[in-house]
Amino acid sequence: MVKELGQFLTAEAAGELLSWSSQVKASKQFGVSVAQVEEAALTVGILPARYQRNRQTISTENQLVLFRSRVAVLGCGGLGGYVVEQLARLGVGNIVAIDPDVFEEHNLNRQLFSSIAWLGRSKAQSAFERVSEINPAVTVTARQIAYAPDNGIELLQGAQVVVDALDSIPTRMALCQSCLELQVPLVHGAIAGWYGQVTTQFPGENTLQKIYGPRAQSKGAEKELGNPSFTPAVVASIEVAEACKILLQKGEVLRNRELIINLLDMSFQEIAF
Amino acid sequence: MRIKVKLFANFRDGRFSIEDQEYPPGTRIADIVKKLGIEPEEIGIILLESKHAEPEQELTDGANLALFPLLGGG
Repeated sequence: MVKELGQFLTAEAAGELLSWSSQVKASKQFGVSVAQVEEAALTVGILPARYQRNRQTISTENQLVLFRSRVAVLGCGGLGGYVVEQLARLGVGNIVAIDPDVFEEHNLNRQLFSSIAWLGRSKAQSAFERVSEINPAVTVTARQIAYAPDNGIELLQGAQVVVDALDSIPTRMALCQSCLELQVPLVHGAIAGWYGQVTTQFPGENTLQKIYGPRAQSKGAEKELGNPSFTPAVVASIEVAEACKILLQKGEVLRNRELIINLLDMSFQEIAF
Repeated sequence: MRIKVKLFANFRDGRFSIEDQEYPPGTRIADIVKKLGIEPEEIGIILLESKHAEPEQELTDGANLALFPLLGGG
């Protein structure tokens, strides 16, 4: 059947591109999911047409690597909404979206999946539904649960990259510990007002410890400054670029260095660790 | 003694970005933080000569100090 599916896709593809309608047609004809069709297409070098503008940046082979990847996103609010959206559009095949909260009115200024209609709804479930509308070939596992050290291993199991989109410093430090135990890279982002920071910690490193140290308080400057619409979008985009590079093992990541972002003065500073 | 103090993000609000300031010998980083009216819990990263430093560290003449606020939002 795999061979027949491959032949069908090759016949359906215009050049090397497979349209969404052909992807759906193959799914129905062979009784497999659109995700399975996507993997079969990528395996024989056929690119789903939705990714054609990725192609000069991400080869078809790399698109398959992304499709077979799993990324856990902790928090589906300001940072996490943009992170999940961009990972799904990029073509990361498996996303675990973790957030215990529901949307509230004060989220509407910045959180991508929030809307008037979705007030009171689970952020994690909203991430699932949003991605289903954008890219049904991507599998989102929605977990409406608070990350904690005792469920960390279960939540993060199988992820090649963990993206920190949390809003609590102690939770971040616990997440950092779980990632060290699981030997999985952690892309860290945090925001407050016009300001943000991003770094990537690999197994065996203690970058987050250097940033936060032993802290009693759970919040930083965001407690006073809040968060406008554009800062989470900037920081989340940089986090996704980091995750993409880790998955594809290309480029230079923010390893042992932190990018400090100031959108008010429009300056970008790098701190070395 | 002269200390070059660099402030980042919202620490600049109502203060400065970079300034040479005069302090008595034996001044610790925490003393400068206090003089600037910054609460200790607001401090994120402290860099002294571009290397991580602790609040209790004493400064010497000509030191370059950089203070970054703690950011935790998501």
